Amino acid sequence: MVRAKIRVELKDGVLDPQGVTIKNALVDMGYPEIASVKSGKTFDLEIDLDDRELVETKLDEMCRKLLANPVIEQYSVEVYE
Amino acid sequence: MKFGVITFPGSNCDYDTYAAAKFSLGEDVEFLWHADSDLKGTDVVILPGGFSYGDYLRTGSIARFSPIMKEVIRFARDGGTVWGICNGFQILLEAGLLPGAMLRNKNLKFICKYVHIRVETTNTILSSALTRGDVIKIPIAHSDGNYYVDKKRLDGIIERDEVLFRYCSSEGELTDDANPNGSLHNIAGICNRERNVFGMMPHPERCTEDILGSSDGLKLFASVRQHFSERMTA
Repeated sequence: MVRAKIRVELKDGVLDPQGVTIKNALVDMGYPEIASVKSGKTFDLEIDLDDRELVETKLDEMCRKLLANPVIEQYSVEVYE
Repeated sequence: MKFGVITFPGSNCDYDTYAAAKFSLGEDVEFLWHADSDLKGTDVVILPGGFSYGDYLRTGSIARFSPIMKEVIRFARDGGTVWGICNGFQILLEAGLLPGAMLRNKNLKFICKYVHIRVETTNTILSSALTRGDVIKIPIAHSDGNYYVDKKRLDGIIERDEVLFRYCSSEGELTDDANPNGSLHNIAGICNRERNVFGMMPHPERCTEDILGSSDGLKLFASVRQHFSERMTA
């Protein structure tokens, strides 16, 4: 059994209206030091496999097929015990 | 001719679309079920609006893997007419049958109101009975209708005359104010290269009779019918 954390976020250069709104709210709340905010999603997975390399290959495939939309999103995968 | 309307779990415009085709237009319609693999011999497959799978993950991202979608993709590749409205458009984008993706509306709000769109091309089944430059009054109802595609693809879409409709003022001006959701190029609807797959965020099925506030939506259904009746007599 291995675990993985997947983060999906909008690609750089794609407008992130949620991130912009959160950033503006933080600045208004008295945190003018906030220069930017990027929104995103994380997925925590438990995988019934021990072969790390196979897990990484499969997760990459899952990201491309379903978890991220490659037109607008980028993703990163972190596999751990 | 026969329309088919797919019901996905969470579709909520399927009956309106059925009624528009059946009663406002007066043509045959069949409901198609997401878990089936049968398009029942329909000439035009419509993916209606709604919130398929609760909009979980991304709009349309789960519905795109429904069993019926395998048939829709095959049907589209064989030249069949496929028409996605609102959530149906989002599903077609996720399925890769149309280019681009939807971002959250620029103002982060669910927008439900009448808008105006301008007919940009009449070189499609959906718009052949219209006139280029016509302004149509039609409602939108969505949170994720902010159309995005990279610059290169956008240029290609424009160049190949694949933009169906653009948000505009009541006079047909393409201003930022008239763009409700932040869509690139004010895009409200597009077609694919082969011009047989259509996607649009506004809801023509909600404006097919004057009592509903506008009957402009019926013109699109009538345009589709005209194509198929001409084909049958040809």
